[in-house]
Amino acid sequence: MQATRPIARPAASRLPWPLIIFGGVLLLLIVIAYVRDSQVTTAVLNSTIRQSTPIILGALAGIMCERVGVVNIGIEGMMLLAAFLGFLFNVWTGNLFLAVIGAVAAGALIGAVHALMSITLKVDQIISGTVINIMATGFTGYFYQQGLVTQGKLTPIRIPLLADIPIIGPVFFDNPPITYLALLLVIAIHILLFKTRWGLRTRAVGEHPAAADTVGIRVNYMRYMNVMLGGALAGLAGGFLTLEAVGSFERNMTNGRGFVALAVMIFGKWTPIGSWAGALLFGFANGLQTQIQFLQNRMPSWLAWVGDIPHQFIGMLPYVLTIVVLAGFVGRARPPAALGSRYEKE
Amino acid sequence: MELAEKQPPNRASASARIVPLLRAVIVPVMAVVVALLIGAVIIAISGANPIKAYTSLVSGGLGNAKAIERTFEKATPLIFGGLAVALAFRAGLFNIGAQGQLLFGALMAGYAGFAIEGLPMVIHLPLALLFGAVTGALWAAIAGVLRAYTGAHEVITTIMLNFVAINITDYLSNGPWKASGVVARTPKILETAEMGKIGNVPLGLVLALVVALVVWWLIDRTTIGFELRTVGHNPNASQYAGISVRRMTILAMVLSGLLAGLGGAVETLGVVGRFQPGFNAGLGFTAITIALLARNHPLGVIPAALLIGVMQAGSSRMQLDSGVASDIIEVVQALILFFVAADVLIRTLLRMRDTGDNITLSSGWGQS
Repeated sequence: MQATRPIARPAASRLPWPLIIFGGVLLLLIVIAYVRDSQVTTAVLNSTIRQSTPIILGALAGIMCERVGVVNIGIEGMMLLAAFLGFLFNVWTGNLFLAVIGAVAAGALIGAVHALMSITLKVDQIISGTVINIMATGFTGYFYQQGLVTQGKLTPIRIPLLADIPIIGPVFFDNPPITYLALLLVIAIHILLFKTRWGLRTRAVGEHPAAADTVGIRVNYMRYMNVMLGGALAGLAGGFLTLEAVGSFERNMTNGRGFVALAVMIFGKWTPIGSWAGALLFGFANGLQTQIQFLQNRMPSWLAWVGDIPHQFIGMLPYVLTIVVLAGFVGRARPPAALGSRYEKE
Repeated sequence: MELAEKQPPNRASASARIVPLLRAVIVPVMAVVVALLIGAVIIAISGANPIKAYTSLVSGGLGNAKAIERTFEKATPLIFGGLAVALAFRAGLFNIGAQGQLLFGALMAGYAGFAIEGLPMVIHLPLALLFGAVTGALWAAIAGVLRAYTGAHEVITTIMLNFVAINITDYLSNGPWKASGVVARTPKILETAEMGKIGNVPLGLVLALVVALVVWWLIDRTTIGFELRTVGHNPNASQYAGISVRRMTILAMVLSGLLAGLGGAVETLGVVGRFQPGFNAGLGFTAITIALLARNHPLGVIPAALLIGVMQAGSSRMQLDSGVASDIIEVVQALILFFVAADVLIRTLLRMRDTGDNITLSSGWGQS
């Protein structure tokens, strides 16, 4: 065996000082806010975590697809269809656990449709994703009937002892199951991508499919599997919406989260942990929005003007943030090299 | 070179021109047929009679003069939207934001229609149209500039701008520009800004047809059109040949937004008479279906938009007559889009060869 020299690591693996300082300041602000008004701070932070759940799951879905070289603009539609089907499973079976499984399976199935279109039928990947999005609005609109009865929704599970820690406890350890699962999946996907053979193969296919092929990796098999896995994650995000967050289905209830997730993925440079940071940012923007009515009466006098901002302007905050994030980070982040390309064996 | 120019233009025989046209048309037509068949199966599964449903759909869209007028009204913004998406496609851009650009166009045309007083019609109406078109263009320009200078992909930025546009137009028509009364809408436009009809044909449709011709001429017969198409085919080669990809990207988005904004303006000035938030939701996506069904040909957009227009105009009649929810037309549209996009399926069915003119957009998220 030759001595294997480690390949020079890029500068990114050094400690990111600006980020650490930023995080430290943020943490300090949170502690100050908590001391001033513990109830509101906890509510906002809790809302941040929960609002970030569908976005991080969507971003993980995007990562799984794009790391293998397939653009997935259809996450929005996958989420919406899975949310709808998960809701229907809940109506039919009355079992929330089965309903979540159903939503995930539905997501994987729609992922397979995306793979079929973009890999086998060689449709442009962005158009294929758009087809899924339009199908999702059409099908859910047609098959949705008002007044279906549901069997409740997933409720928070309090983890004893850990939930008693101030700030962290109620924010991280008193959540419904899919929120926990999302946090675990961030770590799981990170390990899958960067520590396993599967992950290495995935990334090889996404960077240089021809080279991957010559060393015996089945390119299209890897693409199919990862796109379906991505679909399953998007399905879980959909399941979160109907089975955990709202408890019922509403038309177009994804509200652009699938696209926000893609921006978050780019912000996180196609890494699960980086994307989680991005998702938290959006979760905070959304959380603040949902808590703003609650906040209005407790605002200190110098912040009273915040209450006068028309709700539409607060409502568009996440979308403006997405644009800013995209404009600011796309140029600097390098996507997988083979992204968007079809692969044909020579 | 000069010799070549002096030669008379090559007049192809009639049959030689018709055959390629047939070949180009057959895939979209088959896509529509297959989509309608699958739609029929879905209707049958949900317990209704598909033949009855489709009959009332067609009679609701074409049955009498009133129905045809409704179809024309529905098809008009669809033509503009389809042209907007098709033009951007030809330049290699995917404008999913026709919705937002149309909203702004509709709002600003409505504003010009009620707020500017004392002008004769010959000035007021064009001015209101211009207001709508320019606002649409400016709104789309944001996405164009972001794409050209930061590489932010227009697919995401235009969708996000849609949501922003919904919020801003909602705020303006529900706040500063709200008409008196409970309903959130702007005041009625003045008579001098109203777009009338010639017989049963709305003036807006006439404008749409003229604009389609202009867009076709622009794309196929001018230098700008050539540069746009070249950038769409191969941005790297265009840069090499001295075409500014940035300038073309912004120009394509501006023109695309201009068309969508004009569509919104026509809707306000010719059909609704004022701006109401939430109208024409989903047009942006329908426009994509139309553009792809037309294979991004500006003149093909017209029949494609009329087809969807018939479905939209007839859908409420269908719901009334046969009890099939009008949302089925969205399912059929999605299926049409699927079969147009995955035209391999149709071509295999017809045993046709690959024409090799597939659209390629996925160049990743980075700067192209």
